[in-house]
Amino acid sequence: MPAPDLASTGFGAAPGHASTGFGAAPDLALAGFGAALRQAGLAVTADRVHLFLRAVAALDPGRTADVYWAGRAALCSGPDDTARYDEVFAAWFAGERPRGAVPRTPRSFVQAPLADDDTAGGAEADRTLTVSASTTEVLRHRDIAGLSTKDRAELARMFGTLHPRLPVRRAHRRRPSHRGEIDPRRTLRAQLRQVGEPARVQYRRRGVRPRRVVFLIDVSGSMRPYADNLLRLAHTLVQRAPRTVEVFTIGTRLTRVTPALRRRDAEFALRSAGDVVPDWSGGTRLGEVLKVFLDRWGQRGTARRAVVVVCSDGWERGDAALLGAQMARLAALAYRVIWLNPHRGKPGYAPVQSGIVAVLPYLDDLVAGHSLAGFTELLEAVADA
Amino acid sequence: MAAVGSAGELGERLRATGYLAGDGLATVGYLALALKRPLLLEGEPGTGKTSLAAAIAEALGLELIRLQCYEGIDASQALYDWDFPRQILHLRTVEATSSDAAVEEVEKSLFDERFLLSRPVLRALRESPAVLLVDEIDRADDEFEAFLLEVLSTYEVTIPELGTVTAEVPPIVVLTSNRTREVHDALKRRCLYHWIDHPGLAREIEIVRTRLPEVSTRLAEQVARSVQRIRELDLLKPPGVAETLDWARALDALGTGVLDVETAAATLGAVLKYREDTDRVRESLDRLLAS
Repeated sequence: MPAPDLASTGFGAAPGHASTGFGAAPDLALAGFGAALRQAGLAVTADRVHLFLRAVAALDPGRTADVYWAGRAALCSGPDDTARYDEVFAAWFAGERPRGAVPRTPRSFVQAPLADDDTAGGAEADRTLTVSASTTEVLRHRDIAGLSTKDRAELARMFGTLHPRLPVRRAHRRRPSHRGEIDPRRTLRAQLRQVGEPARVQYRRRGVRPRRVVFLIDVSGSMRPYADNLLRLAHTLVQRAPRTVEVFTIGTRLTRVTPALRRRDAEFALRSAGDVVPDWSGGTRLGEVLKVFLDRWGQRGTARRAVVVVCSDGWERGDAALLGAQMARLAALAYRVIWLNPHRGKPGYAPVQSGIVAVLPYLDDLVAGHSLAGFTELLEAVADA
Repeated sequence: MAAVGSAGELGERLRATGYLAGDGLATVGYLALALKRPLLLEGEPGTGKTSLAAAIAEALGLELIRLQCYEGIDASQALYDWDFPRQILHLRTVEATSSDAAVEEVEKSLFDERFLLSRPVLRALRESPAVLLVDEIDRADDEFEAFLLEVLSTYEVTIPELGTVTAEVPPIVVLTSNRTREVHDALKRRCLYHWIDHPGLAREIEIVRTRLPEVSTRLAEQVARSVQRIRELDLLKPPGVAETLDWARALDALGTGVLDVETAAATLGAVLKYREDTDRVRESLDRLLAS
């Protein structure tokens, strides 16, 4: 199909329809619309824009409704896209142009060296001692919340030493094996190869497939010192199994950060994840957000027979009864529900907060998660689930 | 296949089969036909994703070939397979009847068309024009998606023993997904995308009237209105159009011409599939049924 000649079809000049007002260069205007969408965060690629132009040409480019539907079919790729698409569409065809050319996700960034925040005064000598003694073992067990900038950097490096295993489940598909049940197809095929003479009996049995792992990470204010490292932990798992690990952040709303964490570089991935999370360090409405997760993702299959790890301190500001009900739902869907609570490993901790009390009956495991050692423990629990 | 000239025409033809498509869906469906692109449909269960494929097939007078996806599905279940038992039988027959048959001849006859078991994708390519419905693609594994992507970009398949099968006319492909898993971006890029929402009140009444002409106008209106209100209740599983139709059918079968608290309570099982939802709706039946 040739490139659409939109000018000759009277784009923007059709009588009786809302004028799109581009006059001279309509396909430039349409392609520009693609760019505006990209700027708003939609994954608009060049081939999609091309498809969009072809779609518009196949319809009536003078009709706003046709341009709208052509764009929605060609440029959107999920229900989350459509709301933003509607906004950009309305703005663009009202003649508004997005200001500045700042892309939503930075293409590259340089990390500036940070001044160490607690090197002043007499604490200096003390600190040097701790650092030299702690580089590995002590740091492994120290509470992440109390770490200095330098220790944090060291800890980030230590994440590289984690080698998470992933849980598996029995696969539906059978694979050739030396023992197991008889595989009639392969046996017959072998027989065929020998021109019908009886051949050696072939066997098959079920293989294993990775089991889905879902992380729900609380990013509310009270979890602030831990959220960063929990995301880092999730990142190492996503890197191991990009298609079977899903990561969401919870707080006042639910955000899926899996695509951001698929980026390989940890710093870049965390930065991208931070860009998409709108409720960083906000409040907690665990029950409501969990409900949104279950309605939109969990029940459809993301949580079904999966290992679900909820990382939260359980300081619920909303209704604890709602939280309990949602946890019951989650427990019914998931294969294992593991709750990671950073306070669990601290002396004097007792699960008495209303939130934690409500969820306790539905948990398969409650693990500590305030140190790297705690994370290792969690990874073990996940792998053995 | 009669060509469809515009989105409006496709909408009319679908309507004739009893499928009422909104303007958006008709437009996107028309684009899929005009640009020969697969159509990826997502939306809440029961909004008519699968039945759209059936309606398109009926409207255009084409055969509907359906491939139901599931975990672990592989190419031999989607494309083709050889009928080994029959091949062996054939071999034995040849052996018994003519001992001096040339080896090559026998070998060739083994991989004959008649031992080939065509599975949905191969059938769609060979019998095209046809409508190929790839149902619930999100249930299949990634590997299968990659395989499907390849078929959908070339519309050809190579069988080593027989050669390459190319569709003379690309089949009309409709993929559906319930979003249990994210469909790979590469596959999405090949497709036109449409999210099907629950219909509005007027259209839902019309759907009931068209699909179930035996149901009275009054009952159709009552059922559609109640379902619309039930959907606002924030349930575990809001009813889809399929449930609306089930409900109307159930009420009609009971011989009640009206929907009142009593009959509604007795037939809620047709609409709601969770005990929690049923309890919740039963509590507020009075309000739901108030016109």
